[in-house]
Amino acid sequence: MAVDGIDFDVAPGESFGFLGPNGAGKTSTMRMIGCVSPVTSGTLRVFDLDTATDGSTIRSRIGVVPQADQLDSELTVVENLVIYGRYFDIPRAECKRRAAELLEFVQLTERANDRVDPLSGGMKRRLTIARSLMSEPDLLLLDEPTTGLDPQARHILWDRLYRLKQRGVTLVLTTHYMDEAEQLCDRLVVMDGGRIVAEGSPRGLIDEYATREVLELRLHRGALGETADAVAREDASALASIDGIGDRNEVLPDRILIYAHDGEAALSEVHRRGIEPVGSLVRRSSLEDVFLRLTGRTLID
Amino acid sequence: MSTPTTIRVWESEFAVYRKVWKSHVLLAFVQPLLYLLGMGLGVGALIDVDTDSTSSLGGISYFAFLAPALLATTAMISAGQASLWQVLDGFFWGNRYRAMAATPLTPGDIATGLTMWHATRTAIGVTGVAAVLALFDDTRSWGLLVAVPAAVLTGLAFALPISAWSSTRHSDGSFPTVIRFGLLPMFLFGGAFFPVDQLPGWLQPVAYITPLWHGIELCRGAVVDSVSPGNVAVHLVVLVAYVVVGWVACRIAFARRLAP
Repeated sequence: MAVDGIDFDVAPGESFGFLGPNGAGKTSTMRMIGCVSPVTSGTLRVFDLDTATDGSTIRSRIGVVPQADQLDSELTVVENLVIYGRYFDIPRAECKRRAAELLEFVQLTERANDRVDPLSGGMKRRLTIARSLMSEPDLLLLDEPTTGLDPQARHILWDRLYRLKQRGVTLVLTTHYMDEAEQLCDRLVVMDGGRIVAEGSPRGLIDEYATREVLELRLHRGALGETADAVAREDASALASIDGIGDRNEVLPDRILIYAHDGEAALSEVHRRGIEPVGSLVRRSSLEDVFLRLTGRTLID
Repeated sequence: MSTPTTIRVWESEFAVYRKVWKSHVLLAFVQPLLYLLGMGLGVGALIDVDTDSTSSLGGISYFAFLAPALLATTAMISAGQASLWQVLDGFFWGNRYRAMAATPLTPGDIATGLTMWHATRTAIGVTGVAAVLALFDDTRSWGLLVAVPAAVLTGLAFALPISAWSSTRHSDGSFPTVIRFGLLPMFLFGGAFFPVDQLPGWLQPVAYITPLWHGIELCRGAVVDSVSPGNVAVHLVVLVAYVVVGWVACRIAFARRLAP
């Protein structure tokens, strides 16, 4: 079972995220909302319609941006949009009008008559988003919209999605990127192992499950080939030496995180105790810290 | 008035076909033409001098025997091409059918729309062959107009079961085998180049259960008037059975593949 007893609701105009590592059940949930996979037990209502009986009607009102692009590589950019619009029975002339408008929106007008194949990953993603908007959906489902894109392409995409949100389109997205969730989501649920482990706004979750700041310490580790026992002893002694600094700490394979309201103060205390880290970093806490707190694991291994 | 959902699927297939129609038409046209010239005229010249041979062909020239069968074989080959890589691509590499399934279209719409498309595509190829046959005295007949739909039915009898099977695959590794050990033997031994009663006794029933032999008999019968009404009914029933079973199999297989 990919998803086990999850409970959530999304308000119109809201931007809602499913955050979790690979295999957490995000995609399965999206497929159920999109009325492609059946719900085996429980109820799922979209636009107040039952996904089990009103699949076609629901699908006619949502736009889907799948994890992997499903573009027709033989067709041109604009043909991809028109053909997709026809699936919704939008008249051909109207399809062309909307296609021109959407290509403008995703900044692909110059590529309108090019084949899809040679487009970059970021351009294909933008085209996929344009395609999902052909039916002027009330709800847009985005499954890991920026996975695999370079930072610049991601920022362009986030900007476009932010504009859609401002226009009142409801966004439901999955991601395993913390920064993406913080950028785009009004509210999100953290998923792990097919269950929801926390729910709230990005800020609210950070306030609830982490401190304001985090101090990251890299401590000296022995030579390569050190036995697991020796590493465990070092970790234990490192932990003992920082005991009492900050509210809480986490030991990761390559660093120790100290959760504290004031990271700089915590660092001063570390120095005062004569601990000499190889490297240190004070940063604001993020959803990554929330996830670590909730599951004891990092998001991307 | 709304466009039927199955027509929307058909439109999409047609849009993609418009990009590749030249190679399809050329292949559907040139390949049978080469067989006609090489086998029909070349080998035919050797066969037709012997009255024993022509009587075992039903008293017609070898050209008239072979040529109408090429309508059915072209339908089979064309349908085979469109039912292997292209179908798996829609579910696996390019995922165009997954994209459709996220819209109001259902897996059933996709199966039926694809059926309509297979019929259209086969008709395009077969009509080209019929046009070639109309050039020759031996095969210039109004029966060609009947043979074209018979060949389309033959094409569907292959396209639908193969499409259903292709949609369950996760690689194209077995596709060349289907062509080499499935379609090619049928092409050679299915009654196109010589009557199946020339086959060893144990092999004849195999020919009788393949859709190709029934399709060939129908096409040949339409063009050179060599088939009894009772046999026409049998051939039609067998072909329609393949089409119906294939269509149902497509609907089930597509639904399973698209909604796990």
